[in-house]
Amino acid sequence: MPAYNESQSVGQVVRETLSTLPDVDVLVVDDGSHDDTADKAREAGALVASLPFNLGVGGAMRVGFRYAAEHGYDAVVQIDADGQHDPADVPRLLEDLADTDIVIGARFAGAGEYRMRGPRRWASWVLAVAISRTARAKLTDTTSGFRASGPRAIELFSREYPAEYLGDTIESLVMACRAGLTVSQVPVAMRERAGGRPSHRPFKAALYLGRATLALAFAYARPRTPAAASGSTS
Amino acid sequence: MISLRAYIFAIAAALVVLLVVITLLRRRRLRERHAIWWLVAGVLALIAGVFPRTLEIAANFLGIALPVNLVFFISITILFLVSLQHSGELTSLEAKNRDLAENVVLLTLRVEELEKRELDSKHDRGALPGDEPGPER
Repeated sequence: MPAYNESQSVGQVVRETLSTLPDVDVLVVDDGSHDDTADKAREAGALVASLPFNLGVGGAMRVGFRYAAEHGYDAVVQIDADGQHDPADVPRLLEDLADTDIVIGARFAGAGEYRMRGPRRWASWVLAVAISRTARAKLTDTTSGFRASGPRAIELFSREYPAEYLGDTIESLVMACRAGLTVSQVPVAMRERAGGRPSHRPFKAALYLGRATLALAFAYARPRTPAAASGSTS
Repeated sequence: MISLRAYIFAIAAALVVLLVVITLLRRRRLRERHAIWWLVAGVLALIAGVFPRTLEIAANFLGIALPVNLVFFISITILFLVSLQHSGELTSLEAKNRDLAENVVLLTLRVEELEKRELDSKHDRGALPGDEPGPER
């Protein structure tokens, strides 16, 4: 659970996750927050990794994947600290992980009422079409921060996880697909955020479209990152 | 022909550049690989300052009508390459910085885990002697 200045919501989200899913370990990666996100998460019963400064979601996620790889976990679920993802959906994500390496909790695949308008919607459509082709699977929500990763994805992401803008969503997906990993999606409903403000405002939408397209272009322009040969970890 | 004052000024300026770069190098305030472009620039400026004819010959050879344009071209090229090199180094430093930050966090977690385990085993020692948990991989 990557968290940056989420002290209002992180405690509640951690408690809910632990009570809904008693068998999981919750690792909150505090991405150099200036508030007491780390303390709130620790009080709530999560394991907390506090980065010395802000690395962005990509940096926070690689810490999580590296921790998972070191401790031999066979599934990692990324879940937002602002409470918009429902921990009750996690078992459905994990179920699909039996067949694919990455499962995305998709916001517009039928469940819930999450809607976008204008340039953000076009951006999300362009991304969905492009990445679906690469993944050879129908993906409608490529920028979702609600994802489950299996062992092969954990191995890949613990070595290499893009720290660029939107790298944690778009580029990591493209990278995984090009490394031969499989991706699928499960429809989930989004909830109101428990705290914090949305990271994108309407007037930023046009800028977002441009940056997302650029991020996509760069993701395809990069050399492929091979998945590890089965059995060996280098 | 250029005036004597301009001639002396050009040489003095080139010498100052070289002097500053070499001083920084000697005091280890500048690493060789960063200084190389500035040294090249200083030496070129000195050559052009001492022998203005070389500049005219080079400009003529390249088909540049005004020799001063060659000076501008070379200056801008050197500045461009230096900033490109700096951007590249910045990128690699950021990547290393990220690696270090991640390592620090993971090591901190590991230390916390070990401390907790040691505390637990101290508590348990009375009840279960010899029951030391082995190190986790």
